[in-house]
Amino acid sequence: MSDIIKKNAWVAGLVALLFVLLVLTKAIQPSFGMSGLESVARAALPFAFATAGMAVVVIVGGIDLSVASMMAVCAVTAAVLMERMAGVPAILIVLGLGFVMGLINGGLIVLTRVPDIVVTLAMLFVWEGVALLILESPGGATTEWLKQSIRGSVIPFVPNALAIIALCVAVVWIPLRRSKLGISIYATGSDELAAFRSGVAVGRTKIVAYGVCGMFCAFGGLSLASLTGIGEPVPGPYLMASVAAVVLGGVVLGGGRGGLLGPIIAVLILRIVRTILTLLAVDPNVTTIIEGTIMVGVVMLGTAATLRGARK
Amino acid sequence: MNANQILDASGIAKSFGAVKALVDASLSVSEGEIVALMGANGAGKSTFVKIITGALTPDSGKVLIRGKQARVGSPAEARRSGLVPVYQEPSLIPDLDVADNLRLTDTPVAPFERWVKELGIEGLSLSDMVGDLPLATLRILDLARALASEPDVLLLDEMTAALPSDLVERVLKVTRQQADKGMGVIYVSHRFNEISELCDRATVLRDGQTVGDLVIEPGVEDRAVELMLGQRLDLAAREVNKTRGTIGDTPRVRVKGVAIAPKVTDISFDMFPGEVLGVVALEGQGQDELFECLAGFMPPTAGSIEVNGTTTAFRHPADAIAAGVKFVPGDRADALLAQRSVRENIALPFSARMSSWGWLKMRHERERVAHAIERLQIDTRAQGEVQRLSGGNQQKVTIGRWLATGVETLLLFDPTRGIDVRTKRQIYPLVRELAEQGSSVLFYTSELEEIPLACDRAVVIFNGRVVDIIDAENADEQTLLRAAYGLTAQEGAA
Repeated sequence: MSDIIKKNAWVAGLVALLFVLLVLTKAIQPSFGMSGLESVARAALPFAFATAGMAVVVIVGGIDLSVASMMAVCAVTAAVLMERMAGVPAILIVLGLGFVMGLINGGLIVLTRVPDIVVTLAMLFVWEGVALLILESPGGATTEWLKQSIRGSVIPFVPNALAIIALCVAVVWIPLRRSKLGISIYATGSDELAAFRSGVAVGRTKIVAYGVCGMFCAFGGLSLASLTGIGEPVPGPYLMASVAAVVLGGVVLGGGRGGLLGPIIAVLILRIVRTILTLLAVDPNVTTIIEGTIMVGVVMLGTAATLRGARK
Repeated sequence: MNANQILDASGIAKSFGAVKALVDASLSVSEGEIVALMGANGAGKSTFVKIITGALTPDSGKVLIRGKQARVGSPAEARRSGLVPVYQEPSLIPDLDVADNLRLTDTPVAPFERWVKELGIEGLSLSDMVGDLPLATLRILDLARALASEPDVLLLDEMTAALPSDLVERVLKVTRQQADKGMGVIYVSHRFNEISELCDRATVLRDGQTVGDLVIEPGVEDRAVELMLGQRLDLAAREVNKTRGTIGDTPRVRVKGVAIAPKVTDISFDMFPGEVLGVVALEGQGQDELFECLAGFMPPTAGSIEVNGTTTAFRHPADAIAAGVKFVPGDRADALLAQRSVRENIALPFSARMSSWGWLKMRHERERVAHAIERLQIDTRAQGEVQRLSGGNQQKVTIGRWLATGVETLLLFDPTRGIDVRTKRQIYPLVRELAEQGSSVLFYTSELEEIPLACDRAVVIFNGRVVDIIDAENADEQTLLRAAYGLTAQEGAA
């Protein structure tokens, strides 16, 4: 039991922080309730998916700078398809597309041996161009039931947006995490040479991890289309935000350590901080300074706590 | 040819660009046979090991497994064809727990746990994170994992290098037992005593070629060294010229009743100028802490350290350095600037003192550096990056640079670990020369045979306390080993 707490201390700390922030929000704005929570969760939806994708590639020891562009490609593809066909096949096609885009990113990194940061920076521009080719200006349409699904709450006190994140991540990540492939992903990120020597197909593992990242970006693109009702070809601010949430969520840049739960909670924390600062009418320019400060502070405190724990 | 032959590699060649690592290497193992693979550093041993285990593919030559041509393209394929390696560096994943590491290689858990016990590791939990475990334990887990997959051929690469003596014995015993049951073993090692105790045959590699296949019998050592070096070794040269003589009666360093919680309980000794003082200890007896304490990494919890008659309290490595105490860590990577030249690395201690020396001494510095490089016998590559040198040559730089700079007290922590015989024999004279210059050298080594070769006296540490101080001249390995096990009391060693 103490083992489980020890291994998940970071996530537990983040949950506590999230709770404190929710109470704080309620204190500042007594009218903050279910609808407020729903809007925070909805806004967090694309951020959460971008972060989940980023977390997977960071765990495998890489980074993907093209997440926002892939989300844009998926959003416009979804909007174009949904104008012409039913929702479910369109969703499946978009998920497949995301997976393939990720595989291309990973494949290029593994085959060309060009550093991941360079390849995905190049792909950031490539996917951005692809999105504009598919849809030059915002347009298309989103299936009505999809738009409705992210609103309201079916389970009491749990906004649908939150339930959707939990469901998608659970369906993709939990089976993966428990499979040998999942262990290989952590092994590759932790020590590539040792993983190779243990018989892990390091290259293939990396490519699949990028594929999974692409699939989460597809979920993100779908959520963008559902939020706006149209497809928007210009990438949103999801790249840096996802890196920030991954770090805050306890995934070690460099690979091998962390999970997906922490980063997703970190997304919610960053969104709520933003809500609080808006409620307090803080200058938007100061807001980003405060967000940055919180990030460094939390990671610093966490590291100090981990070090002290390790020494005992 | 014999019917029981499991692995037969022949005519293996491999080049990296213009460098021919292997020219014509061969090796075979039969059922129940333990074959040593020997060779000086740079002979191509590690390349050969990587090819046999699938981590590299050869340019030419063939590997037969049970008479059939095998394409071993990756460690995973090698594993499937029954060839399981235990590499020199642990190949367990630090961020996974033990259970996940086993799943990664499809290793059955029950036999693994049995082997772990058999090999003498107690209290291991499968949920332990690998990164939290000590190095010696990792090596044993690596071996237990290999054994649990019931290999046809087990390859052990410097398996015992980081192990304390009691674990070494267990490893040798288990290896012998398994060989008697029919497993073939390739045993890569620098340690003659283990090879002669354990192995049936020895394959010797020199300059990328298999130059000999020896049956292990008394006296084979000299023949093996001869093959490795490519020339008849002058046995007299093994005796390092020792001009004994401590200078003066005042100890350079006096360690009095030092304790460092929790491992070190009571250590006292004196080090005189002009003396090489050996430290003999089994793994984990507190020698690591003693060296770190003397180097200023941490203060002692009790007792005192006097340098040149003054009681000192080192709070920081800078304090120790200021007091003339220099530490050469066991890990060469910690001591050198890998991407700089040999010349720069040797001059580094000078540069650190540059502000007080002024520009007038520059020429003098250059001369002394040049002399040191000449002395180290690696002059041809003095302009190259240190990281391109072999481990042995790197270690020569870490020690030899103090010849140029001059040093009062030098702490050498296991400087010859993983270094070939030839280079080792170049290191002992360096250490002696330092002593002749008036330095005091504290010399911990995990290889007992080095004590009489390099030291004047030896402090034996057991369980955190000094149990004996032995005159190195009369210290044969057996005496030292008995002392290291805390057995001196009955017989008296000297």
